[in-house]
Amino acid sequence: MAIFRLVIRRLLSSTPLLFMVSALTFVLVSLVPGDPARTIVGQHATEEQYRTVRGQLGLDEPLPVQYWHWLVRVFHGDLASSLFSGEPVTSVLNNRLPVSISLIVAGTVVSGILGVALGLLSARRGGFLVRIVDGLSLIGLAVPAFWLALVLIAVLAVQLRWFPVTGYVPFADDPAQWARSLVLPVMSLSVGAVAIIAKQTRDSVLDTSTRDFIRVMQANGFSPRSILYRHVLRNAALPVVTVLGVVLVSLLSAAVFVETVFAMPGLGSLTQQATIQHDIPLIQGAVLYITVLVVLVNLLVDLAYGRLDPRVRAA
Amino acid sequence: MSTAAKRPGLLARVVRRPSGAAAIGWLVLLTAATAGASFTAPRGPLEQDLGHVLAGPSGGHLLGTDNLGRDLLSRLLFGGRSTLLAVAESLLVYLVIGTVLGLASGYLGGWVDWLVTRTADLMFALPGIIIVLVVLSVFPGNLHAAMITFGVLGSPGLIRILRSQTLGIREELYVAAAKVAGLTRSQILRRHVLPRMTSMVIVQAALFSAIVVTIQAGLGFLGLGAQPPDPSWGGLVADASQNIDRDPWMLVPAGIPLVITVIALGLLGDAIRDAAIEGWSVSKMAAPPGRTVPAPRSAEDAVAPVEGSIEPDARALLSVRNLSVEIGGIPVVQGVSFDVMAGETLGVVGESGCGKSVTALGVLGLVPGGGRVAGGQVVFDGVDLAGSPAELARVRGSGIAYVSQEPMVALDPTFPVGRQLAEAVRRHSRADRRTTRAAAHRRVIELLTMVNIPDPEAVAGRYPHQLSGGMAQRVAIALALAGDPKLLIADEPTTALDVTVQAEILTLLRGLQAETGMAVLIVTHDWGVVADLCHRSVVMYAGQVVEQADVESMFTLPLHPYTAGLLAANPHLAGGGEPLPTIPGTVPAPRDWPQGCRFAARCSRVTDACAAAPVALTRPVPDRLTRCVHSQQLLVEGTPR
Repeated sequence: MAIFRLVIRRLLSSTPLLFMVSALTFVLVSLVPGDPARTIVGQHATEEQYRTVRGQLGLDEPLPVQYWHWLVRVFHGDLASSLFSGEPVTSVLNNRLPVSISLIVAGTVVSGILGVALGLLSARRGGFLVRIVDGLSLIGLAVPAFWLALVLIAVLAVQLRWFPVTGYVPFADDPAQWARSLVLPVMSLSVGAVAIIAKQTRDSVLDTSTRDFIRVMQANGFSPRSILYRHVLRNAALPVVTVLGVVLVSLLSAAVFVETVFAMPGLGSLTQQATIQHDIPLIQGAVLYITVLVVLVNLLVDLAYGRLDPRVRAA
Repeated sequence: MSTAAKRPGLLARVVRRPSGAAAIGWLVLLTAATAGASFTAPRGPLEQDLGHVLAGPSGGHLLGTDNLGRDLLSRLLFGGRSTLLAVAESLLVYLVIGTVLGLASGYLGGWVDWLVTRTADLMFALPGIIIVLVVLSVFPGNLHAAMITFGVLGSPGLIRILRSQTLGIREELYVAAAKVAGLTRSQILRRHVLPRMTSMVIVQAALFSAIVVTIQAGLGFLGLGAQPPDPSWGGLVADASQNIDRDPWMLVPAGIPLVITVIALGLLGDAIRDAAIEGWSVSKMAAPPGRTVPAPRSAEDAVAPVEGSIEPDARALLSVRNLSVEIGGIPVVQGVSFDVMAGETLGVVGESGCGKSVTALGVLGLVPGGGRVAGGQVVFDGVDLAGSPAELARVRGSGIAYVSQEPMVALDPTFPVGRQLAEAVRRHSRADRRTTRAAAHRRVIELLTMVNIPDPEAVAGRYPHQLSGGMAQRVAIALALAGDPKLLIADEPTTALDVTVQAEILTLLRGLQAETGMAVLIVTHDWGVVADLCHRSVVMYAGQVVEQADVESMFTLPLHPYTAGLLAANPHLAGGGEPLPTIPGTVPAPRDWPQGCRFAARCSRVTDACAAAPVALTRPVPDRLTRCVHSQQLLVEGTPR
């Protein structure tokens, strides 16, 4: 039941984020130059017709009231329709969601496993592995994901033909092709993330190794394997999980570029297209979806934290 | 002002580093070349050379051409202008918001701090690029709005750093003002505080600029930056992606300058940070005039031979001879020798920083802080453990066990205590693998009962943070008992506990010793513990043994002035009504150890002979050792107590 309480508390504490993001986008959208009511009724309408349409659209009310109405509609699952295709925004977004989730989950799993392994090894061995981690983090910081993606395409897809150049195959159609189509996007997404996680793991393992209880275990003859893999690793995992959360959120940003490069029909490339087409309802919906994803990621991080650290569970 | 002028400035220190010089060189060159693109670019950004379409590098086009025959170098240089502008816009917003809110939040505190921190935390959680895309969909093509937004979204990073810096400096100001006599508050601010803040802000600005360059290129790549045919770095990458199957070369000139610029900004940030740290440490490390730091000497120089005790004692359970320990190459324990007989309790006494704990851990081969046992013998049960990892691994836990000072951090916080105990039990049980879960659990309960834990079943299921300090120490002792050790090393086991709990733990230790017959080596600075528990005690000062005797003789007639001083300063033994005498001064740090008697500077009996040469351990009476040139005199007249 402690876990249940934790979930509720975390969800409540993330409400301000959802509130802030939606309010921010709403205010921004209200700044759009031009008057939708005037556009609808046209140049030659009477003042009365114009006022009627304005009333129907709710534009004659103050901004906070408009925001409230918008919120109520959102709670009823109504995110209006795309200006470009006329489709309901929710159905467009729901179609796109699995693609982004595949990409980000795969990216997180890959960078989590590689990052922790590399960090642990470089903490234990030092030497050239440390330089590999440092080199990777330089690449991760300096090489933009979209350019790295293009270089990977030029070499591994165009020249060597190991992977498809672009495109995405849904899992349900063909799992093998789905995995193949994800390799290059996940690689472009993960290089920086692997480096960040490896660095944090290394620091965290080295730091935990000097703590009192580890010395007590060594002094009392616990097996070195158990000390490293059970006790050091578990305690070192706490800061790594925090960084993993930050990395996940940054993958959401990077996905905009990677999905665009690989022409993957996900939320990120959708946001890019909607921006170019000034499809305001679609943008609003996409931002809302992405913010909810951020909130869920943070919730997962908190749950993992609670799982790892009994003090958090009790608090 | 004159002192500031003598030290090289921050810029000079940055340029002295190769990476700093290279980074600044590239950034200056790039800024000049792009800002003056009309003069530096070989051709116009839109000028087409239809005879050379998608050409590689050549004399006419140094970096080649694009699909319309436009010179890539020229497009890079002209395109760089929008990058410069974007960095300037974002950076300005970032710096203004970051410094103002960061300083205000740290300095004012209260609700301002609360509001700023909360908002910054929320903004930190946002995927920045998405918000920038919203701005761009509302203000189509308005890169200024986008970059300003990005500056706002980045500022929480700077706010956080400056806030914690300001908080720290607010405290430090008073300290500095008290220490640096003759400097006014504003001088301190100008000379010490602001430079540190400034370099920190510059580092953050460099790193943020690197992100802005990437993001601006990214927007250009997504088709949201400069509109064709105007050049931009991101646009060039997008052009290259259109021709990726026909001319992959174009990716190189389109992306490499971008990558180099971001690396240069990152290196610049690192170089400034390193240079700034060097700057502070130069001013901090400068030794005050009139005081020289003696170089650390090797163990041989300082340690005089100890008469008659060079060979390990074969009768002893533990016989330590000439143990020396170094941390970071500096000797912290030198030539320590002592014996622990089976079933005996030996106290190791001294102030903090005398090397007691390091000696105790040195016996187990576990020197903290990356130190190592540099020499000597640690003979346990007839086997020398020093320098033998295999023997140490065999003895730890089952031969020698260890209880540490802080019970609250001595257990793994992420496991229930019962599971940690069970792990120790299984590790040390003779049956090894065949020890079943149930048997291990029975033994855990037995151990917890042995250390007088009231409800062992319930306590086994608890986590360390759910225990009181006294309970945690009992569990830690139970953990140490799991391997039936012959010797228990207890490092100040009661220091962190309440007085009543201290007494309980001491009673427990005495009872356990009677029950199991194990020997105890107890590190303490509390004479009460020594009187209560120990048969003999060793007094350590500045990394050496200065006196060793049975407890009764030591209490009645200390043969070293340091022992006498410690005994006199003991609240348990001092006469009532008089102010408690203290030993003036403090224990010298290892690098400040003098050549002669290390206690001389604090000793009331000091004579010229004390400082002349290293003082040897002598045996003025049978079974007693002391390291004092006045030992005969002390023996004759007794020490006033």
